[in-house]
Amino acid sequence: MTRKPPEPVEIVKSRREAALARLIAGVPYIGFLGARFDRRGDELTAVLPFHPSLIGNPTIPALHGGATAAFLEVAAIIELAWSSLWQDMEEGRIDPAAETFPALPKTITFTVDYLRSGLPRDAYARATVTRSGRRFATVQVEAWQDNRAKPFAQATAHFLMPDP
Amino acid sequence: MTDKVTHAQAVMPSLPHAQSLGMIVDQMSAGSAAITMPYDPRLIGDPATGVLHGGAISALMDTASGAAVMCHPSAPAATATLDLRIDYMRPATPGQAITARAVCHHVTRTVAFVRVTATDADESRPVAMGTGTFTLERPSA
Repeated sequence: MTRKPPEPVEIVKSRREAALARLIAGVPYIGFLGARFDRRGDELTAVLPFHPSLIGNPTIPALHGGATAAFLEVAAIIELAWSSLWQDMEEGRIDPAAETFPALPKTITFTVDYLRSGLPRDAYARATVTRSGRRFATVQVEAWQDNRAKPFAQATAHFLMPDP
Repeated sequence: MTDKVTHAQAVMPSLPHAQSLGMIVDQMSAGSAAITMPYDPRLIGDPATGVLHGGAISALMDTASGAAVMCHPSAPAATATLDLRIDYMRPATPGQAITARAVCHHVTRTVAFVRVTATDADESRPVAMGTGTFTLERPSA
């Protein structure tokens, strides 16, 4: 039995980057918020660079709770879509340039806890898919700013998975 | 009290994020608020259908809830969201504005409790419903 030689790293990287970019481009709202995603292998970190339009209360000033919630929701949905297409992408069954791309999961319930006020700084979020079933999935997500050990918001979300 | 409502109404549009989402205050009175967000292609979550992203609707519902707390008769000095749970019942119809109606139905010395509903043009079938708790800062005597 002969083993397939490993793919060149540039090919693997460009395929992953293209798939992630395609996923993000599919959600105009991510562009409106100004969020982006850093990737290390399969690990994603959502980044929300600070912008004055994200402020809710100008007197403190603090990030708008709605902007924080939206950021967490975007981080959760992209993580879930990314992890569910990972296997197909790695095995070359998904073409990032194809006309159709897997549909995104739909949010059923979203619960966000505000732990401290969001500062006028960049924010980061990482999501974990706690359960991924055929129809439903549950995702937990945590956001922090300067200090990783001091999250300023966390959320749990339940999603309806797209039909295969 | 009326001053408080007028003040809250005047402050609302100056909140940068509410402004960038195009929110308009429809009504604010003793512990209840209605705020509308016009349909905007930049807020789309799924380009295939044109349906707004849940995050934009969350932001609207959070804003309406905070406004309901601020105009509660207990006249709070400030408020912040502690938690907010939102159930998305159906996709919002593309092209239609969303209105969030929030009621601050109970307050304690430090916490305010809010219910909020979001509808599009078909007000008989809500798009989303939510429950939230908010901090309540009493004015210093």
